[in-house]
Amino acid sequence: MELQDKLLSSYIAFEDNVDTDSSVHEVRSQALQNFEKVGFPTKKLEAWKYTSLNSVLKQDYSLFPAKVEAIELADVKQYFIHEIDSYKVVFINGKYSSFLSQTTHEHYDVCLMSSALSSPKYKETIDKYFNKVAKQDNLTSLNTAFATEGAYIHIPKNTVVKKPIQIINFITGAEAATMVQPRNLIIVGENAQVQIIERHQSLTSNAVLSNVVTEVFADKAANVDYYKIQDDEISASLVDNSYIEQKSNSVVSVHTFSFGGNITRNNLNFYQKGEHIDSILKGITITEGKQHVDHHTLVHHIEPNCESHQDYKGIYDERSTAVFNGKVIVEKEAQKTNAYQQNNNVLLSDKATINAKPQLEIFADDVKCSHGCTIGQLDDDALFYMQQRGIPEKQGKGLLMFAFANTVLESVKIPEVKQRITKLIANKLGVNIGFDL
Amino acid sequence: MSKYTEEQLEEELKTQEYKYGFYTDIESDTFPVGLNEDVVRAISKKKNEPEWMTEWRLEAFRVWEQMEEPEWANVHYEKPKFQDIAYYSAPKQKPKLNSLDEVDPDLLETFKKLGISIDEQKKLANVAVDIVMDSVSVATTFKKTLGEKGIIFMPISEAIQEHPELVKKYLGTVVPTKDNFYAALNSAVFSDGSFCYIPKGVKCPMELSTYFRINEGGTGQFERTLVVADKGSYVSYLEGCTAPMRDENQLHAAVVELIALDDAEIKYSTVQNWYPGNKEGKGGVYNFVTKRGLCENNAKISWTQVETGSAVTWKYPSCILKGNNSVGEFYSIAVTNNFQQADTGTKMIHLGKNTKSTIISKGISAGKSQNSYRGLVQINSRAENARNFSQCDSLLMGNECGAHTFPYIETKNKSAQIEHEATTSKIGEDQLFYCNQRGIDTEKAIALIVNGFSKEVLNKLPMEFAVEAQKLLEISLEGSVG
Repeated sequence: MELQDKLLSSYIAFEDNVDTDSSVHEVRSQALQNFEKVGFPTKKLEAWKYTSLNSVLKQDYSLFPAKVEAIELADVKQYFIHEIDSYKVVFINGKYSSFLSQTTHEHYDVCLMSSALSSPKYKETIDKYFNKVAKQDNLTSLNTAFATEGAYIHIPKNTVVKKPIQIINFITGAEAATMVQPRNLIIVGENAQVQIIERHQSLTSNAVLSNVVTEVFADKAANVDYYKIQDDEISASLVDNSYIEQKSNSVVSVHTFSFGGNITRNNLNFYQKGEHIDSILKGITITEGKQHVDHHTLVHHIEPNCESHQDYKGIYDERSTAVFNGKVIVEKEAQKTNAYQQNNNVLLSDKATINAKPQLEIFADDVKCSHGCTIGQLDDDALFYMQQRGIPEKQGKGLLMFAFANTVLESVKIPEVKQRITKLIANKLGVNIGFDL
Repeated sequence: MSKYTEEQLEEELKTQEYKYGFYTDIESDTFPVGLNEDVVRAISKKKNEPEWMTEWRLEAFRVWEQMEEPEWANVHYEKPKFQDIAYYSAPKQKPKLNSLDEVDPDLLETFKKLGISIDEQKKLANVAVDIVMDSVSVATTFKKTLGEKGIIFMPISEAIQEHPELVKKYLGTVVPTKDNFYAALNSAVFSDGSFCYIPKGVKCPMELSTYFRINEGGTGQFERTLVVADKGSYVSYLEGCTAPMRDENQLHAAVVELIALDDAEIKYSTVQNWYPGNKEGKGGVYNFVTKRGLCENNAKISWTQVETGSAVTWKYPSCILKGNNSVGEFYSIAVTNNFQQADTGTKMIHLGKNTKSTIISKGISAGKSQNSYRGLVQINSRAENARNFSQCDSLLMGNECGAHTFPYIETKNKSAQIEHEATTSKIGEDQLFYCNQRGIDTEKAIALIVNGFSKEVLNKLPMEFAVEAQKLLEISLEGSVG
């Protein structure tokens, strides 16, 4: 049976396990209808021109994986940023794992979507924020239709969250193929600050498809620092749909590190609803084998005096393919907008492909918008210089690539995350960087 | 000091009427409206075309019937009703003329108003003009000079009669009949256009030039241009367009094919100033053009365009860099005003080794217009050491217009070096202030800045044409240029 039909027919079974009288369920049913209408994206859609999900959708996914016994912490410790004290919201096969998690309700809520959806205490907040900024498109609608579990984070105003929050989704994959659809909601109040690290990790070589939706609301002068670490197994595919709404004076930065996985698609959308907003989108992508990574970013400048900064670096080897589609829309009211977009790519192999589409749509005249996109190689002279000084070619190349990606790494604010990413890069490039940051 | 401000400029741009709107009353030999196989056959018969040409047209027509109008462009307009268009119109007088005296005086008057009198051009500019007035050439000059060099420059309808082997060999090789909706339509019904062949090793001694005009209301203009530069030859080809004022939308779907064989160079310059519609956005020409060039080894094709007119423009002059070491260039200024919409850019397809391409695109939007750059740079896996540099700059005047950039960059080879830059800005207050400080009034300053903004492209135009380009820019941006 086609995945789409399977999903649609499983909805009745799904409804047996959720509260069908709630307002949230109305949203779900509506989303299902929408998905039924539009279906999975195909290459005929401009936004999916370079990415085909066909190979991924062919799998016979188990949609509601059975709950598994807790996994040993020692086995998965490496996937946490374990060097620091942090809150942890951990899911195994889409189900909450209390054993691995560390949540809180003190001063702020770092907890579960399922409890937020079912408890009357949260009803008001859920009604106000749930599915409000998410776009009603194909895969987001699908996620909304089956939205039950994920991280729920609510930081009240004037609160600084003491330690970073890690959101980790593990898949143990007892079945041949597993599909999960985590749904995260993050509300950051006026003047509040929070740091979040998100990771999706398969612990199996069986096929995995994660269709994630994350909504972030940053109120006035809020500060959100978000890191997405994508270093999954080659059998795992990820569609990450993130929607971020910002109010005046807020700063939200999202770093996406895409190293692993089969097909990775990032839909990162920023909506600026206020003045003096800063949106920061950065990413490092390093691919090999037959990996496919697609970054689709949107920054929608709606009001005046805002800024956005995008910087995406990519290094592609072997037969991997990558896509960068960065879209900046400046509405005519959004005067004095400063929007910068930078996308630099290095191809290491003749079989690798990069498709870049840096797109600007500007309706205001008093703006400064620029984008730069380059595709090139490592500097032979620099490499020769290093070889002259006794640095082997491979090491030299590694250093050059590391330096190339470093502008993105520099803005990582958590030292332990920076260190971890450095290690992952070194590992991925197969070199010893030879220094700690 | 003049109190001329940017707001005033905007105001002026908004109210600027189309200066060249007039209508020459020449009796036209127009077909009834509508399109079917019989009309295609009739056009072919009227042109006294050989059997293979008729078949070629019919094949294109059959393909066209199956096709749908493209909708992906960032333009919105009322679609032309293809059955309400007359597909052939020619001035009634026989077009076989040898000297200017034989040309209809009304026609000459028309060109005088446009400031491109053939007389003047012949004497001063040393330009051979193949004037196309509603599809049929009515005057060809300097034919003799060109003939001595073995250069063939004639209306394509004549070329089909006189040089069928050349036309048959090259027609439709770069833009196949089924390439796209408008190319297919053009292939089926094209009435005339220019054909140019430069023999091996010949450097064309003068700029070749064609002026297109749409004259008869309610007729579409379907021009077909084919330029073949044989090995080691060089030609610079100029194309200029102005159209008289019309209330209903007129369709212009031209096809231009350039073929540069080994070591050849073609320089193709366009100044397009079709009627853009009035300031309410009524009327104006739909300009849906397919232009493409093919480069063999060491060949070079350079497109330069100044786009100031048309209500809707849909145009992507492209280069297929098939041969090794071939070079493609694209220089463009697109000015939109009032309700004009332009979706223009280029495609650079790198197939050969060591191929280079340069794209410089300048968009100026004023009034309520929308100006889009849409480009593709494609490096195929065998295109070693391909190099591309792209720059798209947009200048916005007022906050009711829009500038859009849709660059596609597809690379499949690791040795490729690609740079793409785009900026959007308005005329900086500090730039104006700087000029004011030095005693340059605001009007002059804006002129200076707009001129400087477009200079990289204007400089690429041949000398004779640069003057006219300036003139046409003035129409769209009077008060800001010169």
